This record gives sequence, C-alpha cells and structure tokens, in this order.
Amino acid sequence: MRTERVREVTSHVVLMLGVLVSLFPFYWMLVMASNTTPDIFAYPPKLLVGSHLLENMRNVLSNIDFFGAMLLTLIASLGVTVLVLFFDSLAAFAFAKYEFPGRNLLFGILLVTFMIPSQLALVPQFVTLAEFGWIGSLKALIIPGAANAFGIFWMRQYAKGAIPDELISAAKVDGAGFFRQYLTVGLPVLRPGLAFLGIFTFINVWNDYLWPLIVMTDPNRLTLQVALQQLNGVYGTDYSMVMAGALMSVIPLIGVFIIGGRHFIADIAAGAMKF
Amino acid sequence: MAVSDALRSPAAVRIADEGPSQRPNKFKQAFPQYVAVAPFFILFAIFGAFPVFFSIWLSFHSWDGIGQMKWVGLEQYSYLLTDPTFWKSITNTLIIWVLSTVPMLLLALLIANSLHNATRFRSFYRIAYFIPNITSVVAVTMVFGSVFSNNFGLLNAFLTSIGLDKIEWLSQPWGIKIAIATIVAWRWTGYNAIIFLAGLQAISSDIYEAAKVDGASSRQQFWQITVPLLRPVILFTAVTSTIGGLQIFTESQVLFGASGSIGGPGDGGLTIVSYLYDNAFGSNQFGYGAAIGWALFILIVLFSIINWRLIGGSDDERITKRVARRAQRKIAAEKAGKEYADAH
Repeated sequence: MRTERVREVTSHVVLMLGVLVSLFPFYWMLVMASNTTPDIFAYPPKLLVGSHLLENMRNVLSNIDFFGAMLLTLIASLGVTVLVLFFDSLAAFAFAKYEFPGRNLLFGILLVTFMIPSQLALVPQFVTLAEFGWIGSLKALIIPGAANAFGIFWMRQYAKGAIPDELISAAKVDGAGFFRQYLTVGLPVLRPGLAFLGIFTFINVWNDYLWPLIVMTDPNRLTLQVALQQLNGVYGTDYSMVMAGALMSVIPLIGVFIIGGRHFIADIAAGAMKF
Repeated sequence: MAVSDALRSPAAVRIADEGPSQRPNKFKQAFPQYVAVAPFFILFAIFGAFPVFFSIWLSFHSWDGIGQMKWVGLEQYSYLLTDPTFWKSITNTLIIWVLSTVPMLLLALLIANSLHNATRFRSFYRIAYFIPNITSVVAVTMVFGSVFSNNFGLLNAFLTSIGLDKIEWLSQPWGIKIAIATIVAWRWTGYNAIIFLAGLQAISSDIYEAAKVDGASSRQQFWQITVPLLRPVILFTAVTSTIGGLQIFTESQVLFGASGSIGGPGDGGLTIVSYLYDNAFGSNQFGYGAAIGWALFILIVLFSIINWRLIGGSDDERITKRVARRAQRKIAAEKAGKEYADAH
C-alpha cells in the first residue's frame, strides 16, 4: 500500500516537471509579447507578464494583414477538411463494405502511395500547378490535398468494425442505392471517426508551412504561418511585436483543442496501436 | 496485411469462381463503388504519380523553370555525390535527428510510465503534453529562437547569472543543431509519451502479477517486461520519428531564412529539405532539386528498413510469449542468484 502511494507521488512530481517544460514556451511567448522590445533586450531579463500586450498586438495588425491571412488559412483548412471527410469516408465505405472487381488491387496501390514522402516530388508538383495557373490561388492549397491515403486507410479500418452488415442489407431491401446507403447507414455510424480525421486534417493544414511557402507567392495572399514568418523576417528587430503575432496565431487552435482534444488524443493513440 | 486478409475472404473467392461470363456485369454493378474511390486515384494521378515520374525525368535535365530543358543524363546525380554541401546537409540532418530523437524517446518512455502509474489528473496531463504538438512550428521556433538568442536569450542570461560565459548558440554549428533538436524534441515528446501510454495500457496486468510473485523489483519489471513488450509501439515511434526527422525544414528556415543563408552561419542548420528548397526555389535549379528529392527518398527507405530490422521484424504474439518466458526465466534466475548470495 505504501509503495503504491510513493509511486503515485513520484509520478506526479515527474509529470508536473514535464508539464512545466511543455507549457513554459507559451508563458515566455506571453512575457515577450506583453513587454517592450527594450525590456526584452535588457539584462536581467523581465520574467513577468508586462502591460504592453494590446499595443504590440495593434502593431501586428498595422504591419501585416493578420486577419486576412487568418481568414485565408481558415478557408483553406476548412475546405481541405470538408473535402477530405467526404472523399475519404466515401472511398473507405466502399473499400470496407463492398466487393468489387479490382478492390484489393486498388487498395494495395493506395497503401503503396503511403510510402512516398511528400517532398520527393515537390519541384514537379510546383511545375504542374504553375501549368494549371493555380500558383497563388486557394486552389493550390485545397485541391491537391482533397483526398488522402492516410484518411481512407484509417476510415476503412474504422468502418469495418463500426458498420454492421445487417444495416446495409436492410437498406438494400428498402431499395436504397449505394450512395443512399452511404448517407443513411455509413455517415451516421462513422461520425466519431470523422471527428478525429477532421481535427487531424484541420490542424495539419492550419500549421503547414513548406507547401504554402512555395505556392502562395502573392504577398497579399499568405497563410498565417507564412505571414508570421514574413513579420519575423521584415520586422525581426521588433521582438515584442513578432511575439505578439506568434501568440495571436497559436491561440485559436489551442483554444479549440483544450475544449475538444480529449477524444482526439485517445484516437491518435489507438491509431498507433493498430500499426 | 489488410490486402491478403481480404483476398482470403469467402466473398472474394466466390467472384473468382463465377467465370468470365459474369464479369462485365460485375463491373457494371460496381460502378458506384468505382465512383466512390475515384477522387483519391484521380487526385493522386495528377498531384502524386505524375509529379513523381516527372521528377525522374526532371532529374536528368538542367532547367531553370522558364527556358529550355537541357538533357544532362546522370550529371545531376554525379554532381550530387561530390557536392560537399549536399553531404553536409545529410550529416546535419542526421545529427539533429539523433540529438532530438534519443532524448525524446527516453523522456517519452519516462513520462508514459509516470502517466501509467498516476491515477489522478490524467486528462489534464494528456492535454498539457499534447499541446506542443498541435502548435505551429513557425511560432514555436520564434520563441525558442529568442530563448537561444546570442545577446539577450534567456539561456545566456541564465548562464551569465550563474557566472558562466555566454554561448553563441545561433552562430556555431553545434549550437544551431542543439537549438533545432530542442525544438523538435519539445514538440514531439508528449506525442510519443501518449502513444507509449496506449502501449503500456495494452499490456496485460497478469504478466506483472506473475513477475511480482516471482519477486521482481519494479526496475526489473520495467526493463524486462515493459520495454520488450512495447517493441511494436517503439517501432512505430522510431519509424515516424525517422521519417519526420529526415524531413526537417521549417525550424532552420524560420531561424535563418530571412538572413539570406538558409542554413545559418557555417551552414550549421542546413538540412536535406532546406538544401532542396534552396536549390529549387532559391536559385531555380529545378533539375538538381529533383535529384536531391530522390536522394531523400532513398535515405528514408534505407532508414525505415534499418529501423524495422533493429526493432521489429516478427509478429507481436510470438514476441509477447517469448519475452514473457524470457523475463520469467531471468527474474527467477536472478532471484535464485540473490538467494544463493544471501545464503552465503
């Protein structure tokens, strides 16, 4: 009994230290964003939250089109997420629950595409989009990522276990075609899986850097991450303002995550266990 | 694995038995299913397969993206092999990978073990440990860049306050690598800990009970039961960290991209992908960029195979049984040894 107690206490000590390390950079971001740049350069450094946060945030807004970039990023992230959820779940439903000639071959090809690292074909991807005239437009951010192998593979695993065959047979007896079966039987059952895939996709697109850096060449139409780096590059000496920008860029996602992240974390772990 | 399962399922066999006359009808009937899976394959053909083949073709050419493509055969590759900057980008990437991955996985194991033992505040811990992973690399790199800053960084302020000399972290090749590795480890330790935790929770408590009966200490239990049984999960984290580690780019780009030299002072932070980016999109050498892409691909395949060989390889169930047997034997032997020592 006593050893259990000791073990519990030591665990919490270790975990609290880890939490401090995990969360300290956010605190430090806030400290820098709420002090003035001369304060940041001073020695000894200020370790407490200051009173210049609003002023620094106003400076961000007057130097870059922050909300424009945020809106663009939001549209791209939502666009990709909605398309991925639809295309991936539809394909996964077909792969998981129906027999059709070539199914295993197609699924095998899908698995092979997994292995290709995204940077391998970076140059020709850029050239292809340039041929289409999509460079600088939202299409370049949304269309290439509108369906992906990971999502289909993951949703198929989920659909196999979650959708009972009887429900599909019943829908067939009622005269429902494939797409109606997907809408009335597939989608409702797949909802928890869709929630995970949606959050996962949204976070990835929101935080992506290399791809938007390459394809969003119009300085007035940048994603949040690229705009933030622009702010850093051009006004790099005004540290407190750059940090205010960084703080403003991370808050929305973290806010959403604290509210809805618990299931997401459990699903990430469960996915790794199937590997 | 999934594919071979499906091949063996009775329904698939039935299709094969029905003979050729039924076939066209089958295809026709399956039309909706083909429509359902088509979007992925169409998008992949345009934005995945075509670029991959095009990049082979491209890597045999010299091209600035605007003018005529000039056939150069294997010249890009032979230049690549003798290009000291390319080799530097590989060693940099590997050093950053080791500096980040080794402490990261060990810390993650420690945290996961503590999470497993702790019964309270679990949801709070999970969220707190996962938040770094969903935070953008760009913002995080800016914060760490200031912490490691040569003149006013928190780290140097700390060193000064305890009477040590400042270290010019972001001006020296090693300082740069440590800074980048710290950012990577900070973002991924919690993620890996959560994965390890799921692995720990899947281990049956019977094995631990049996070990306890045999008198195994908690340290023995950890190294002889927990770690071996976590092998499949460790393999997963090792493979994903390797693939991610070889593709490091954003950190050095955010730290040094604005300074005009993407690798930073002495190219200390030049990674493979940043060298690819710099050649293709900085100096418009598309052919050379494509060749670097293929080198990266080969490296990823190579390291994934090495990981697989080192950590994985055989099927879970057998490992579980073998490990459990080995653990019990070893614990019993140690106990016997101890009793022998105690007796004498």
